[in-house]
Amino acid sequence: MRIKGISASAGYAEGSLFDLDRPPAVYVGKANAAEEAQALKAAIGKAVNRLALLVEAADSDAAGILEFHIAMLEDDALSGPALASIGSGQPADAAWRQTLEAEIAGYAASDQDYFRARAADLRDIRDQVLRALSEDSESATPQGAILYGEDIAPTRFLETDWSAGGGIALKAGSTASHVAMLARSRGVPMMVGLGASMGKSTGVALLDAEHGDIVLSPSQAEFETFRRSATSFAARQGKAQAFLTQPAVTRAGTAVQVQVNIADPSDVDGIDVATCDGVGLMRTEFLFGKTLPDEEAQYRAYRKVLEWAGDKPVTIRTVDAGGDKPVPGFTVAEANPFLGMRGIRLSLVRLDVFRLQIRALLRAAIHGNLKVMFPMIATAEEYGQAAALFAEEQTALAARGVAHKLPPLGIMVEVPSVAIAPESFGNVAFFSIGSNDLTQYVMAAARDNAAVACLNSVHHPAVLRLIASVTVFGRERGIPVSLCGDAGGDPTAIPALLEAGLRDLSVAPAQLAMAKAAIADVLV
Amino acid sequence: MSASAEATVLITHNVGLHARPSVKFTKLAKSFAAKVEVAVTASGPWLDAKSIVKVMAAKAPKGTVLHIRAKGDGANKAVEALVDLVRRDFDEDGDHARSA
Repeated sequence: MRIKGISASAGYAEGSLFDLDRPPAVYVGKANAAEEAQALKAAIGKAVNRLALLVEAADSDAAGILEFHIAMLEDDALSGPALASIGSGQPADAAWRQTLEAEIAGYAASDQDYFRARAADLRDIRDQVLRALSEDSESATPQGAILYGEDIAPTRFLETDWSAGGGIALKAGSTASHVAMLARSRGVPMMVGLGASMGKSTGVALLDAEHGDIVLSPSQAEFETFRRSATSFAARQGKAQAFLTQPAVTRAGTAVQVQVNIADPSDVDGIDVATCDGVGLMRTEFLFGKTLPDEEAQYRAYRKVLEWAGDKPVTIRTVDAGGDKPVPGFTVAEANPFLGMRGIRLSLVRLDVFRLQIRALLRAAIHGNLKVMFPMIATAEEYGQAAALFAEEQTALAARGVAHKLPPLGIMVEVPSVAIAPESFGNVAFFSIGSNDLTQYVMAAARDNAAVACLNSVHHPAVLRLIASVTVFGRERGIPVSLCGDAGGDPTAIPALLEAGLRDLSVAPAQLAMAKAAIADVLV
Repeated sequence: MSASAEATVLITHNVGLHARPSVKFTKLAKSFAAKVEVAVTASGPWLDAKSIVKVMAAKAPKGTVLHIRAKGDGANKAVEALVDLVRRDFDEDGDHARSA
């Protein structure tokens, strides 16, 4: 049986399944409340000591997480309600469980991915103490096993010996969890979102966290296919590292620009600027969290990235809120958000917000090689209005004597109308193909709907033909064309993209090496 | 003499006042004798800045204006030091980058 999921850390694992959700040992109640309270305090102390031992052997990422757990456990505000329940007659395990469930529910209800993902840390904290309470000396995880269950505790990840391989397969889980972060940095294959069909499985399984599926009770043929893919992945990964520091060139000697997509100014801190050709997409939605950012905060964010890039180009996209990225106080609630007020449509009706961003961009432009693009452009009029606003703000800044520069203004190609009739846009400075949105609109398959995920393929001839026609138009008119969707970093899509005429791709920083390696294999 | 101080600071760190920054924040708050409190809106509720459980529960993302107030010995210094920590992005190197 093959089950689809979401890859949280790419890689392959073949091994026997190990159920993370086995019922723990039972806690034996004490004679009175005082002893119950004592048992809880002792269990918390024991959990803290165990964590402290793990900290000593941990790297800085892991130590940060463990220290967070220790700080939570040592905070009286956490044990307080549990001790109060014990005082009113509850046994220690039930009191602790109840207190932590309330905390977990609070995190699980957060509208922020990051804080929602902390529910897993709270469950870990809960279970560490329950384990200490019941003196359940967990049987060690067998080496090389595929750990599966609802979710996995960070300490469980750290206690596991990954040297002999193995992986993680979660029915729920999140790619933003602490464990996902650790798994990526340690190269442990991990999948999330496998759903209930995993059931209670046993035996050997094949985890393909490159393409995103797991095979239970595999056949001989499935074993063979899996091992070929795994070998090829390992070879590509090893080979890829050698490509990271080199400019990308195809086997035929054609140079390809490979830029990076970033979402936050601090993303560039972990990237060696020499390994990429610039920033092909800097998203600005991140600045628009719960509150709308002021001009200074935006200016500082843009300037940081421009200074990091030096003379390499940095393409900043004006705010693309709406769709699956709501911003309180800015976006509107709609029945069909992907087809409604998002991207430039929203910016053009919220001129207060848009003009502020334009001023920050104009001012930041003097600090590097800035290009600005507009998301969700469907008509030439929208581009005209946005460009006119840049001109107006430029005049105003000049009148006030504020240092600034007008950057080249381009557009995202993601609404099919632009890809079908690019001739309306002969005056833009550049095109950047947003393959994720272009694909979902061409295929009429929402990209946040797993039920139609198989339709959402950039490989479909309709999508590739549109990409090719935009690159042809760009070449004829001397307008640069690049691509900044997920497809740009997908080794299986890269050959088709280069064949369609693209010579400029922008990828997630983690995909730089693999993308360059994949380009080196293409014969165009 | 009961000194008191109050200030606001914008959280600019990637994912806000999250796990590791909260550890640093509460540790620093605990190093002062003053009673220190934080809030995510000017009207409160005010939370004990020395309790990581309370500080994390505020779930303050990037872009939040954090209100900090202190009362008692070293109140000014406490507020100043905590504001500075937030301004320095908690001395984090921003390695929580998520791919597209």
